[in-house]
Amino acid sequence: MKNTKITIYLFAGCLLLAISSCRKDEKPIPEVVSTLTTPDPTATVKGFYLLNEGNMNSNKASLDYLDYTTGQYHKNIYNQLNPEITKGLGDVGNDIGIYGSKVYVVVNVSNKVEVLDKKSGKRITQINIANCRYVTFHNGKVYVSAYLGTVGDPKAPNGAVDEIDTTSFAITRKVTVGRQPEEMAIVGEKLYVANSGGYSPPNYERTVSVIDLASFTEMKRIDVAINLDRLKADKYGDIYVTSRGDYYTIPSKLFVIDTNTDTVKKEFDFGVSNLWIDDDTAYMYSYEFSYITGKNITTYTMLNVKDETVINSKFITDGTETQIKVPYGIAVNPVTKEVLVTDAKDYVTPGTLYCFSPSGKKEWSVTTGDIPGHFAFAY
Amino acid sequence: MQILCAGNLYAQSATNKATTDTVKKVALKEVAIHAERLSSRNTSASPVQILKGAELEKLNSLSVADAIRFFSGVQIKDYGGVGGLKTINVRSLGTNHTAVFYDGIEFGNSQNGQVDLGKFSLDNIGEIDLYSAQKSTIFQPAKGFSAGSSIYLTAKMPSFDDGRSNGKVSFKAGSFGLLNPSIFWQYKLSDKIYSTFSSEIIHADGRYKFRYTNGVYDTTAVRHNGDIDAQRIEAGLNGKLKDTSTFAVKGYLYNSNRGLPAAIVNNKFDSKQREWDRNEFVQASYNKAFNPRYSLQLNAKYSDDYTHYFDPEITNLRGLLDDKYYEHEFYFSVANRYHINHWWDVAASADYQRNTLDALQNDTAQYRFVRPVRNTFLAVLATSVHFDRFNAQASLLGTFVNDTVDTLVAAGKKKEYTPALLLSWQPIENSPVRIRGFYKSIFRLPTFNDLYFTFIGNALLRPEFAKQYDLGFTYSKSHPDNVLAFYAVQIDGYYNQVRDKIVAIPGQNLDRWTMYNLGKVHIKGLEVNAQATWLLPASIVLNTGISYTYQNAKDVTDVTDFNYNQQIPYTPVNSGSLLVNAERGRFSVNYSFIYTGERYNEKANIPENYMQPWYTHDAGVTYTANWDKHKIKLTGEVSNLANQRYDVILNFPMPGRNYRFTISSTF
Repeated sequence: MKNTKITIYLFAGCLLLAISSCRKDEKPIPEVVSTLTTPDPTATVKGFYLLNEGNMNSNKASLDYLDYTTGQYHKNIYNQLNPEITKGLGDVGNDIGIYGSKVYVVVNVSNKVEVLDKKSGKRITQINIANCRYVTFHNGKVYVSAYLGTVGDPKAPNGAVDEIDTTSFAITRKVTVGRQPEEMAIVGEKLYVANSGGYSPPNYERTVSVIDLASFTEMKRIDVAINLDRLKADKYGDIYVTSRGDYYTIPSKLFVIDTNTDTVKKEFDFGVSNLWIDDDTAYMYSYEFSYITGKNITTYTMLNVKDETVINSKFITDGTETQIKVPYGIAVNPVTKEVLVTDAKDYVTPGTLYCFSPSGKKEWSVTTGDIPGHFAFAY
Repeated sequence: MQILCAGNLYAQSATNKATTDTVKKVALKEVAIHAERLSSRNTSASPVQILKGAELEKLNSLSVADAIRFFSGVQIKDYGGVGGLKTINVRSLGTNHTAVFYDGIEFGNSQNGQVDLGKFSLDNIGEIDLYSAQKSTIFQPAKGFSAGSSIYLTAKMPSFDDGRSNGKVSFKAGSFGLLNPSIFWQYKLSDKIYSTFSSEIIHADGRYKFRYTNGVYDTTAVRHNGDIDAQRIEAGLNGKLKDTSTFAVKGYLYNSNRGLPAAIVNNKFDSKQREWDRNEFVQASYNKAFNPRYSLQLNAKYSDDYTHYFDPEITNLRGLLDDKYYEHEFYFSVANRYHINHWWDVAASADYQRNTLDALQNDTAQYRFVRPVRNTFLAVLATSVHFDRFNAQASLLGTFVNDTVDTLVAAGKKKEYTPALLLSWQPIENSPVRIRGFYKSIFRLPTFNDLYFTFIGNALLRPEFAKQYDLGFTYSKSHPDNVLAFYAVQIDGYYNQVRDKIVAIPGQNLDRWTMYNLGKVHIKGLEVNAQATWLLPASIVLNTGISYTYQNAKDVTDVTDFNYNQQIPYTPVNSGSLLVNAERGRFSVNYSFIYTGERYNEKANIPENYMQPWYTHDAGVTYTANWDKHKIKLTGEVSNLANQRYDVILNFPMPGRNYRFTISSTF
């Protein structure tokens, strides 16, 4: 009996002792570096930033950087570079753009645009904008679209575009646009923004808002199709805008707008989830999921943006596309013409970034953060 | 059955000096009762954990969720604060595989399949039992066989020591601005019938400090929008009729208004979402033994559930986002048992349930909102054999479900047959060693949200299946003359397989999720529970309980997955708890400790998803006094003594050190 008692006391004691020393001190999460390509110290494009969105509420928006001059991929650089920022980069990184010497990261649920130094990745400041979505630049100003212009007003369902000065980082002007605006592009002195209306299905928005940059007012709306999302400009004064449809009976489609007349000039009967325009070519993919088969149908297409015709070429030619579960981001290196495609998998697992040669063969792939989706090339 | 504490008897004989013999007699009685209470832990063919009576009262717990944390094999998902959602997951099967029974009848939620255990206050709960597999009796409603594990909550039973009336009024106050008055009253209407009434109000502002650090930044802030105002009323009638049949009827109303604090993310600590809930039900049970061979049990329930969710951060064409849902449930059960002979029983049970979901106003899913009607029919055939040292139960559950909808696609008909086998064996005569084990195949149906919620629901979902295998060993010993007067131990090893796990994957378009049967999980686990009672010098009675859980729960969905064969989210490999209670005279001192090992908050076991182990120490003191004919109790509790800052769920911080005081009086 005595032995049993002693044994039990000893056991309990050891347990408590072992346990009491098992919380480690917190440390900022370090970056993970891997070598992907041969270093090219004379590269024109020095590298690119890849923004990983992170699943909502997880606060796992993260930034990766591929340095072409060293050939090394740095995964998750923000925490190591800016460990003093409370709770890090934030929740749901939705867009990224580089303008001048700075990187602008739109972090949607954290209601901010993070401004970093392009060379070092160190944070400069943040601009608070509620429910911000996409960013674009022109003439020393930064333009950010936001789902709601005012939050908390039942009579204010519309979104807005904010204009921010790049030296003071203050919001200088604001214009009300359609409901839940998404991506923007600037052609000439006009800013075009795609309105989705995604908060009120099935009453989606159908228009692209056209804003006169000089007066910063909404000049007109171009009627396109429901639930507009991506919007990219080519160098010929045309805008490519995608409609997501209603996910059920109305299919997704691609439209081309002529900015000289501000009207829709062409309509493509296939859906496009995302695209990247480089020079005369648009690189596109479409992702659709079928409940019936439980499989996704992904298609990759190329388009000639000079005459708006589909090119009979593929940018993935070695069968790697079968490994990509959920394509989420696409970009093309403006100098080498390599194509970058990301796979977001199931949104709660680290993604993969693939790099394809101009002839469509896989050159390398690397593990990224959660939901890799947005690129910005740094010169 | 009531646990007599040494303190009680002291108080009643306060004027007499207790002799050593009396103390010892009291202690022995305590040990005997303890032993008797614990015996079902050891003899039950399915593993069961029990918190009951005084032991339950002494825990630093406000709600059932707080108390269940001390059980082995349980992971709790706690979103923080008094009003925060708290659900449990037993043996890594998943939250939807655990059924909650309140006085024998299931308390469910057909919309999301989750029961918020934070809603059940311990004020009027007398006993909490957690069964793995199923309750080891064949004479129960078919519902009792239909889940992977079951929690039985039993309301306090009366003890009319003298007089017709038995009541308690109590008041709790403490951190988070908690104010919690409650009343509990039982009245003997006649020799055979008594009535019960209980009511309580909870008010808390829900504010507490929380802290986040990464070693470089170190922020402390206050959790806002975590307030709660809730009211509960219950009334019941229990009785025995002339033909020795028994009946129980209960009415229940719960109403709450709470803030929903959001995840703490960079640059956004506050939220303004709110939720209102109202739940009312009426349930009745009837038991009759017609003759020594045949017995009948009837159960019925009708319940309404109203949920109202408000999110001022989303504005749509109607205004600010506002959802209102109504659920209705009707349930009826017939259970029969027949003694074929003294060692062989058979039972047959049939349950019918009808669930509907409606939304009068709905912004989140108004478009293409489906109003389902689910008719469920459960039938069980079971048999049990019991000899001196061996008993076994086998059951076959047939589940027949039909969903119909007003629009779009219905899930339609489903039909499943699932068996269970439970065994318990005492290999050596006169030795308290027992070996037990079970096999059970069971599933959980997709919820209404899984099937029909706009953009996310998938009407083609199949049930999610779980196979469980368990082998265990129990032992207990009483040595009333020793200091270690009583101890018992239960050890169980188990292997669970979950397939067709219902998970959310990227859906019709890249901005949405969709539910799909995709996951496969293999779980290997070990649970060790031990209880002991010590009779220390100076008339101190010490009760201890320790539990340890080992879980190896691996995702084995697809060998090409990044996280193939890695631990599934929020499942620690090691976890455990320790409960110590010492009593002497009018004083009772409590200490409890919970440990949850390191785990990952997402599928990939990588540093970005790593969560530190957390452990909390709780302590409390209770003083009991008599005044006139009233028993007065004063309790002071401190939780999380070491003020550890931790998250159970990523970005939902838990409170640091917090306090609670209670004063109660019987009348």
